[in-house]
Amino acid sequence: MKIRTLKRHFVEAFKSMGRNGWMSFASISAVTVTLLLVSVFLAILLNINYIASQIEDDVQIRAYIERTEKAENYDTYQKQLEQLDKVKTVKYQSKEEGLDELIESLGDEGEAFSSLKNENPLRDAFIIYTDKPQDTAAVAKEVEKLKFVNKVEYGKGTVEKLFKVTDAARNVGIVLVLGLVFTAMFLISNTIKLTIVTRRREIEIMKLVGATNGFIRWPFFIEGFALGVFGAFLPIVVIAVGYQAIFDIVNQKLGTVFIELLPVTPLIPQLSILMLLIGGVIGVWGSLTSVRKFLKI
Amino acid sequence: MIEMIDVWKTYPNGVMALNGIDVYIEKGEFVYVVGPSGAGKSTFIKCMYREEKPTQGSIIINGTNLAKVKERQIPKVRRKMGVIFQDFKLLPRLTVYENVAFALEVIEESPKVIRERVMEVLDLVKLKNKARMFPDELSGGEQQRVSIARSIVNHPPVVIADEPTGNLDPETAWEIMDIFKEINARGTTVVMATHNKEIVNTITKRVIAIEGGRIVRDEAKGDYGYED
Repeated sequence: MKIRTLKRHFVEAFKSMGRNGWMSFASISAVTVTLLLVSVFLAILLNINYIASQIEDDVQIRAYIERTEKAENYDTYQKQLEQLDKVKTVKYQSKEEGLDELIESLGDEGEAFSSLKNENPLRDAFIIYTDKPQDTAAVAKEVEKLKFVNKVEYGKGTVEKLFKVTDAARNVGIVLVLGLVFTAMFLISNTIKLTIVTRRREIEIMKLVGATNGFIRWPFFIEGFALGVFGAFLPIVVIAVGYQAIFDIVNQKLGTVFIELLPVTPLIPQLSILMLLIGGVIGVWGSLTSVRKFLKI
Repeated sequence: MIEMIDVWKTYPNGVMALNGIDVYIEKGEFVYVVGPSGAGKSTFIKCMYREEKPTQGSIIINGTNLAKVKERQIPKVRRKMGVIFQDFKLLPRLTVYENVAFALEVIEESPKVIRERVMEVLDLVKLKNKARMFPDELSGGEQQRVSIARSIVNHPPVVIADEPTGNLDPETAWEIMDIFKEINARGTTVVMATHNKEIVNTITKRVIAIEGGRIVRDEAKGDYGYED
């Protein structure tokens, strides 16, 4: 194909969009509505995922050391733990630090425990983080077998429940987004099909005048892509403005709590690019599948 | 130029439209194809521009056997012939100018050549001043002139017309015939299926009559020969 023919196809595509004003408007609206839903759900899904992993990352294993063990061996023990499978980091926490942490976490009521400082009932401990939070239970079991370990704590039961909840949240989100994308594809390709069905006769005529299938297809290809991309503009603006607002509110009201939302950048630029891509791909797919049907004439 | 050798066409529903057609048309000839409705005229014409593929036999136009042409090659075959229809078959969303230019765009002609040639043929069919209008703003005769302009803009050696005056009033029909005479005078072969008795009897040319899928008459200076 010559460059000037490509140029012709572009001119033709945009001319046709203008001359089929209402149909173009309908297609763009269909893309806009569905991409709006997709982007909102995606933003929610990604945040659920983000918050879930924040919670999961807080999951740790506490391995309390036998009182009879001597402090000089602790280094060796720590290395031993670090060499275990699936272990990411191991941190030593003396019983004094442990008590301070406990008192602090209990707030006012913790004051009562201050008297224990002279007679600390706690043990020295190693705090273990695993590569993946889901490995916690397995690693804890391994650690428990070690001789110098007196007791292992990792929130047995609670951790498993937490993972169940976060996994469920993720799966529901993914199913919702996939469902939406498929709905979007059908809705948009149907609208574009409608615009092309009205041009069935035109395609027939073009073939009679000696146009090849490729020649006929190109402007439709460009038009479908453009309709999809135009349809993505409004959702991008809405999600960018909306997310920024929600982000500000959440950070103001819940800033002190451990939960935080995904930062605006890179989330919004990434979502924007994704919306443009989905719009373009669906537009092209919709127009090409319908043109192909008529090209067989 | 155009040669049909033992052409048969049976449609999938069993209708036998052509039953052994043999015909030879010389370069530069003007040929009417006449016959009652349902006699096979339309199929005869459609086989010429490869809208239909014959069940048997060969159709050789411009040295290409249409019976053996592959699907992909059809556009190339059609670029070497101009086709004109009863219902004009103009692209409704393109202007007069763009409709004619389309036939040159498909062969990737340069914009300069396109402009020159389109204006040249629009001048021939006397529609230069309506180049920017859309088909639905034109009368039937004007629309048919646009479609003629489109069919001849890339100088094809053959023009095939399927009842080009069928939708037009008598006066307009004569204007259209003047254009066909002009095209033919420039050396282009014209094959025209028609029901117009007066035209065939007045502008006397070779007449091929088809009945029951066979050529029943082929006269050099013939007349219409039917009463309708």
